[in-house]
Amino acid sequence: MKVLIPTPLRQFTGKQAAVEVAADSVGEVLTHLTSQFPELRKQLFAEDGRLRRFVNVYVNDQDIRYLENENTPVRQSDTVSIVPSVAGGGNHERLHGHSQ
Amino acid sequence: MVTVNSLPAASLSNDEILRYSRHLIMPEVGMVGQQKLKAARVLCIGAGGLGSPLALYLAAAGVGTLGLVDFDVVDLTNLQRQIIHTVDDVGRPKLESAAEKLGAINPLVNVIKFETRLNSANALDIFRQFNIVADGTDNFPTRYLVNDACVLTGKPNVYASIFRFEGQASVFAAENGPCYRCLYPEPPPPGLVPSCAEGGVLGILPGLLGVIQATEVIKLILGSGEPLIGRLLLVDALSMHFRELRLRKNPECPACGNEPSIRELIDYNQFCGVRGEEAPVTASVPEIQPVELKTKLDAGNDIFLLDVREPHEYQICNLGGYLIPLGDLPARMHELDSSREIVAHCRSGVRSAKAVTLLRQSGFGKVKNLAGGILAWSDQVDPTLPKY
Repeated sequence: MKVLIPTPLRQFTGKQAAVEVAADSVGEVLTHLTSQFPELRKQLFAEDGRLRRFVNVYVNDQDIRYLENENTPVRQSDTVSIVPSVAGGGNHERLHGHSQ
Repeated sequence: MVTVNSLPAASLSNDEILRYSRHLIMPEVGMVGQQKLKAARVLCIGAGGLGSPLALYLAAAGVGTLGLVDFDVVDLTNLQRQIIHTVDDVGRPKLESAAEKLGAINPLVNVIKFETRLNSANALDIFRQFNIVADGTDNFPTRYLVNDACVLTGKPNVYASIFRFEGQASVFAAENGPCYRCLYPEPPPPGLVPSCAEGGVLGILPGLLGVIQATEVIKLILGSGEPLIGRLLLVDALSMHFRELRLRKNPECPACGNEPSIRELIDYNQFCGVRGEEAPVTASVPEIQPVELKTKLDAGNDIFLLDVREPHEYQICNLGGYLIPLGDLPARMHELDSSREIVAHCRSGVRSAKAVTLLRQSGFGKVKNLAGGILAWSDQVDPTLPKY
């Protein structure tokens, strides 16, 4: 199925916005994805192996936390979205940080 | 549904009836709706990218009282997207500039200025004076502060955020709706947010998302339509795709759940960095000052200049250095000669400090960081070099 990669994480997927993965569960999707793009692992998972709390995963429009988390079954026709929290407001974005 | 529906209606003068006539002749607003708008008190956090179109449209629509919170000063790089400010405003406080434009569009609007950084000590007192809060800030600490203050004061949080060409919008903390912490219980730790090389924002994007925020604010005031409560709107301006995800109120939410653990506001600034950025690492690596580097280069010293910025930044301006973006450095280190003296630089010296650390750990003993990067070079050595 198609996994949609958000802009901030595309630097870890060779700039790809969508990645095709064959899997039966969300857990498998993420395993395949992070083995294909190892640098994604640190972004998605904490040291204890759990999904980070500022990264949510959706199957179609449903949050997996309200389905069966990583055991949520997926079908080929589903779309999996990774949605991290984003703070920007167009106030201070620059290529480098300057404190407010 | 939302507290604002219980607002007392304010009567309209003949001038107001003429001014708002295109609202009044549509039944979805009408006289009753326009009176609700006039009675409404909306707080806009930030008079920047999102806040510009947000506040402009709310003022034009006849929202009676607009609060603005900002403490920043207009600079030239703001004008690419912060359309409430003009060239003449550069150097002025954003609040002053914004209030002036809002008054010019609609002098009937009462603009209340809060020239302060929102923090745990002042947020609740400010929020209590308003019916709706619209969050147009640009950093995680303030995002969480706004959310928690909205939950604690019972005000809906009309939310939008942007990154490059993608945006998110929702209405949080409305009665029975999820809050931001239902979605993301905690802010990301420093270092796991996009680094400075991934910054930037398409100028129209805050326009698009700020107008969505204004739309949601007006719908909440009117009590009509389907607000974005329990829905996260994802906007991709490049593909022009709008997607929607379903959000639920989390019974275990630390802010608005059944047994909330957050009963007072938290200032994340102390450990998050103001914008959730990494702590400066520049102090801990060997540096060379721009003038010293210039002197050495002019004297013909053998110095290898390494530019660790991105290719699109190299196109803006460069010092003729050898380009290896910081992210590619681990895989491309073999292109460098560890016996030579290397000076790494970026735009302001933060990324190149990381490059120096990385190279030193890998056995490059003669690497230094150009202090202050291209910005300092432009200031101290070559003023013809553009700054960005």
